[in-house]
Amino acid sequence: MAAVERPVVKPRPIYLNLLAIRQPLPAIVSILHRISGALLFAVGIPLLLWFVQTSLASGAGYATAFGPLSSSLGKLVLLAIAWAYIHHVLAGLRHLALDLHIGTDLAPTRTASALVMVVALLLTLIVAVRLW
Amino acid sequence: MAVGAHYGARDWLAQRVTAVVMTLYTLLIGLIVLWHGGLDYASWKAMFASTAFRVVSFLFMASLLFHAWVGMRNILMDYAKPTSLRLSLQVAVVCVLVAYAGWTVQVLWGHA
Repeated sequence: MAAVERPVVKPRPIYLNLLAIRQPLPAIVSILHRISGALLFAVGIPLLLWFVQTSLASGAGYATAFGPLSSSLGKLVLLAIAWAYIHHVLAGLRHLALDLHIGTDLAPTRTASALVMVVALLLTLIVAVRLW
Repeated sequence: MAVGAHYGARDWLAQRVTAVVMTLYTLLIGLIVLWHGGLDYASWKAMFASTAFRVVSFLFMASLLFHAWVGMRNILMDYAKPTSLRLSLQVAVVCVLVAYAGWTVQVLWGHA
């Protein structure tokens, strides 16, 4: 048997500037999944607990809980949280589909990624219309 | 902190089970709000007075907090490279999650 040629070891080009690489759509959905998840952990959960606690305290508390929604800042914060939740759920459903070996080819996975982005933004738009 | 080769598959599965629990709860809340045609204080209060709803909501929050732990831990494992920094941040996340858990019990059972 002929000796196997050892591959010549040469330095590989290192080009890992994430901001300079054009990310494929599934990568964008994936990083937004992480960002939205971290946002929900840090801001979404305490806001949710505060809202439910305040709203259940009394009739006046119920009004207080919705109070922030009368300001533009309050609306923007809720809109950001709404987008994060919607995007995170949809991107998660995409993950579950991939786990079940649904749509793992390149074309379907691109389509699904685009679908996650677009549907999340459309649902967020509906929330925005309801808020303003 | 779990180490070794055994917790990955368990957490992978737990992440998906908790995700399904939370998705179903979200749909349930959506259906309830649609059914009522919006919410007011009286129906909101009545909904949270039911023990069944408190237990289901607690199940949602328990899923959420465990799911958040796995997710935040994975993020920190990827980006917080120095061990001391990663461990500190993971401990901070655990403390916050335990505080959220206590707050959750107070919110769900701390009212009439």
